[in-house]
Amino acid sequence: MTGEELHEVALTVNGTARTARVPARRLLSDCIRHDLGLTGTHVGCEHGVCGACTVLLDGAPVRSCLLLAVSADGCDITTVEGLAAGDGTLSPVQQAFAECHGLQCGFCTPGFLTTITAGLKANPEPDDEQAREMVGGNLCRCTGYQNIVASVHRAAELTRAAGLAPRPGAPA
Amino acid sequence: MSSLFGARVQRVEDDRLIRGRGAYLDDLGADALAAAFVRSPYAHARITGIDVSAALEVEGVAAIYTHADLPDRLGQPLPLLIPHPDLTHGRTPYPLAKEEVNHVGEAVAMVVAADRYLAEDAADLVDVSYEELPAVVGIEAAREAADLVHPDVPGNRAANSVQEHGDAAAVIAAAPRRLELDLHIERSASTPLEGRGVLARWDEHAGQLRLWTSTQTSTGVRAAVAARLGLALTDVDVITPDVGGGFGVKIVHPWPEEVLVPWAARLLGRPVKFTEDRREHFIASAHERAQLHHVTVGFDDDGRIRGLSVRFWHDNGAYVPYGLIVPIVTSTQLLGPYKPDAYRVEFDSLYTNTVLVTPYRGAGRPHGCFVMERTIDAIAAELGLDRTVVRERNFIQPGEMPYDQGLMFQDGRPLSYDSGDYPALLAKLKQLIGWDEFAARKQAAAAAGRRLGIGLACYVEGTGVGPYEGGHVLVETSGKVKVATGLTTQGQGHQTVLAQLVADELGVPLGDIEVVTGDTRRFGYAVGTFASRTAVMSGSAVTLAARKAREKALRVAANALEVSADDLVIEDGIVHVKGDPDAGMSLGTVAVLSNPLRYAFDEAAAAATQFAGGGDLTRPPVAEDDEPGIEGRAYFSPVRSTFASGMHAAIVATDPDTAEVTILRYCVVHDCGRLINPRIVEGQIHGGVAQGVAGALYERMAYDEYGQLQNASFMDFLMPYVSEVPRQIEIDHLETPSPLNPLGVKGAGEAGVIPGAAVLAAAIEDAEGIAITSMPISPSDLFELRRGAGA
Amino acid sequence: MKPSPVGYSRPHSVAEAVQALASLGPEAKVLAGGQSLVPLMSLRLARPEHLVDINRLTELGYIDISGSNVTVGALTRHAGLLASTAAGRAQPLLAHALRCVAHPAIRNRGTTVGSLVHADPAGEMPAVLALLGGSVRVASGRGDRVIEAADFFLGPLESALEPDELAVEARFPVLAPAAGTGFAEVSRRRGDYAICGVAVLASLTDDGSSIRQAAAAYLSVGPVPVVLDLTDAVAAQPAGDRAASYAGVRELAAQHLRPEGDIHATAAYRRQLAGVLTERALRQAVAAAAARIGGGRS
Repeated sequence: MTGEELHEVALTVNGTARTARVPARRLLSDCIRHDLGLTGTHVGCEHGVCGACTVLLDGAPVRSCLLLAVSADGCDITTVEGLAAGDGTLSPVQQAFAECHGLQCGFCTPGFLTTITAGLKANPEPDDEQAREMVGGNLCRCTGYQNIVASVHRAAELTRAAGLAPRPGAPA
Repeated sequence: MSSLFGARVQRVEDDRLIRGRGAYLDDLGADALAAAFVRSPYAHARITGIDVSAALEVEGVAAIYTHADLPDRLGQPLPLLIPHPDLTHGRTPYPLAKEEVNHVGEAVAMVVAADRYLAEDAADLVDVSYEELPAVVGIEAAREAADLVHPDVPGNRAANSVQEHGDAAAVIAAAPRRLELDLHIERSASTPLEGRGVLARWDEHAGQLRLWTSTQTSTGVRAAVAARLGLALTDVDVITPDVGGGFGVKIVHPWPEEVLVPWAARLLGRPVKFTEDRREHFIASAHERAQLHHVTVGFDDDGRIRGLSVRFWHDNGAYVPYGLIVPIVTSTQLLGPYKPDAYRVEFDSLYTNTVLVTPYRGAGRPHGCFVMERTIDAIAAELGLDRTVVRERNFIQPGEMPYDQGLMFQDGRPLSYDSGDYPALLAKLKQLIGWDEFAARKQAAAAAGRRLGIGLACYVEGTGVGPYEGGHVLVETSGKVKVATGLTTQGQGHQTVLAQLVADELGVPLGDIEVVTGDTRRFGYAVGTFASRTAVMSGSAVTLAARKAREKALRVAANALEVSADDLVIEDGIVHVKGDPDAGMSLGTVAVLSNPLRYAFDEAAAAATQFAGGGDLTRPPVAEDDEPGIEGRAYFSPVRSTFASGMHAAIVATDPDTAEVTILRYCVVHDCGRLINPRIVEGQIHGGVAQGVAGALYERMAYDEYGQLQNASFMDFLMPYVSEVPRQIEIDHLETPSPLNPLGVKGAGEAGVIPGAAVLAAAIEDAEGIAITSMPISPSDLFELRRGAGA
Repeated sequence: MKPSPVGYSRPHSVAEAVQALASLGPEAKVLAGGQSLVPLMSLRLARPEHLVDINRLTELGYIDISGSNVTVGALTRHAGLLASTAAGRAQPLLAHALRCVAHPAIRNRGTTVGSLVHADPAGEMPAVLALLGGSVRVASGRGDRVIEAADFFLGPLESALEPDELAVEARFPVLAPAAGTGFAEVSRRRGDYAICGVAVLASLTDDGSSIRQAAAAYLSVGPVPVVLDLTDAVAAQPAGDRAASYAGVRELAAQHLRPEGDIHATAAYRRQLAGVLTERALRQAVAAAAARIGGGRS
């Protein structure tokens, strides 16, 4: 992108300090995918409806296609690539998706994984209604959602079993 | 080792995908130039001029092309893939519009620039002048033909087609009773989460093209691109990357972008990539589902159908590159599990100034099912009979299989059902949904002011359509097994399912098998992924290929171990004498031994060299009829399609005030023969049901009279979230194995969507007492129907 | 779908922001949540020349609760306001309506003040502001001013803000002691823009036995939020009786509202919904008010 004014953007992505020099109009989704080379976050619509591009910004799920990279300067971002442990162990949410056949083509999956990761942190024991609410803003064309909801419950179970869930009332 | 056939094995492809290590088209080609397209804003117009001068000034632009820049071969209309004698007026688009545009979104110019942002900036500045022409939108307008889409296609008729068996008109006239119905289905579309995309690399030194495309057929694309660019097939590789859903829309080939991007890459000497955005997908890919039907049916007092005559009009959009597949499938699959004495179906495939129409999951069956099931429900209502009783009376009985419907199916072969047990399916469904108990439930609900309704719908699906697929199995010296088949994958778990088959056949652990699909470098003869054919076609082919490899392995091992091949088994990758696991060798070693090398690269290889001693010195190291290595290659080509079937039932509640429809229960009974991986089949059913519900209650393409698509985004095209699909989908299986392939399987990919509109229309009609003849139906539509009925 | 080139500045104070708006002229737009603006830019339906990004103005991320108002700063996200139990207690309608705004990921970034300025007639929060008779305070180089709800919404996507003005806070009046609120909307999919939505504010007599006054605000029935006084149709109607018929409000709504049809719903259907939802929301409001008077949690 020549000719346009470039802005320095400093982000912490999956725990690592990263920088990019981008025009103001560069979408965060494109910055993550192409400037930072993290292609796990996908782009399904670019108008904020499908949720495939969802990342965690300072821990909260946001649509990276609705954010300008410059606006996210200084923020902490978690993408799907940052969900597994340092030694490569899958997170409970990832594990649950594999166990429950929660993905088919896998294109929408990163958006669900980040969303549910944050969702379970806020509510470690969702009932069925809450589990649906948690994934209610992400589109999937392949699975019909049945196994995705099952994955939320399984992820909650796995998190509890691993002793990873915050105690009720304890800070997350 | 227990068999993996029928096992709910966890998918092998998941680890990569859940870590975010998928490689979808746009994830590739970081160094590529980006293409963007100038697309027509008008539904029908003549192009009177194109001025690219301002656009060329945008920094970072490498080139801008219009039709005038295209060489002869590329400047021709794109191929008509599936001709048919009835398709007398087939028209296909130019890769870039030549003089006329026929739908909003048609490509007029291609911009190639340093990145997509700049390419769009330049596209904005391309100045195209148009002379607007009247737009033909909707079936009625196309039929009336006050205006024409193509000046040389009278009546906007691409085709008129008739199929019949018996004399339907006479039989209907002679029947004790008659009914006529008019039925209508609106357009929807596949809308996978990932749009289309193409990446091309041209190797100037080798004179070879490597193309990645988000397609359902790499061999199809390869053939088309090679032909259009004047290249030998062997100079073109097409690789299908991870694909974020297809559902039919990605079977079309070549898209304009699929020929233009490699052409530009070659001209510019740089890799070029095109990634479609969501708006483009709505206006420049393909839709499906719009048909208008007029039915005349003659039946007797028992509800048995004597004669059925269906006249319908199919909206094929501005062009027909995919031929008449969709309406032909509607024509033939409309019959479902029934056997009218006489049947006549006639359709007109009509042009409109809208996006082209090509198969979307179900590919014409949902329409056919809707028409047949509504007709049967109407007969039941007329006679005051239970809707399941009328169906039972019309079923083809298991004892009548194979049953020839007397028509030609989409594969050009007789429409003959090989197997199925429709009475058993219905019995299971009635039990599952509680059909007989529902009347009481409905009454109780009515007393409490609630409106409930129940509906059911049956379908038959021709799957495993030919002509063939192939499989290749290779045992490496490491013991790992590499499997390849030419068709492609869009999330159906092919890597897992095909590995399960090979694991069973070869006696190798699942984790040692790697399956590659859709890469012409690995397997060059293939058709593609559509018509629920992978399990049947590639499943059978890789099974047969694995069998060949196994036979060879046993022969080589038998020779080395000095035993008879009949005494050997293969378990966990070890070939050993039955009952004596220590008397054996690993498959890897067998692979080494099967390749007599002059050079010893390592100890294992040293044992195999011709100087290592052993072997019959009067015979050549490789026999005349033999080959080195442990490989098997096989093709499967069935005599005709194999017929899966199923029935769905649903209970809905309709709100008396807001007309909102809530699905209380959704039940599926399903017969796709033997199941290789039940978990994957269920996943396919879930996804199909969601699309069926979506098509019944939410999705339609809203074109205005000017041919503008008013809902070309996910904001207004109502693809369902979790809140819109049934909370639970209750599934029961029946297995009538297919006699037409070695595995006894039938296709399962499309089944879930086929009866969606039919079953929900029936349930809503039951709840409301108002005839539902047009789908989809929104709460607003239902409210207006109530008003019209004075309710 | 990528935005066209745009200039960008990120002020560190309200004064700086206001100064930027003044000097950049009408082709500059404020970027707060961006949940409405960014997709419009990606579709190239909006091509501002310059963006003034106020996301550094963290001092505007407040929620103040006084005896009279819940005051929300310009940078308060929908999610933050929704999560505020204090705000929820002071004015329950806020949380009730916010729960219907899009989906959590949108609410995590979108700002309530931003949605008011965006003035989408299908938006929930403009209707809430209109019903409660709230106001928006805006700052510019010419000083501050307060714009009352009745004067704030000029047309579809058009607020009363001048191009050089920055909305800094919105005030939502708190719930009176003998009052209750209700909210009901129907959308095609969960989280979509409403086909029709109604917010109701009802006050009961001090003893809680009957309705003293009621008003409704509507979304998606006109170019701006429409506020109707329901009092005539419900005055003196019993409050504690679940079987009480408030059918009169359906009539009222049908008489006064002129919604339009679109690809999702006919005008007649919207009018039907308006009536039905008014009654539903009124029922909620009356029950909430009765519970409040009865000492229950409101």
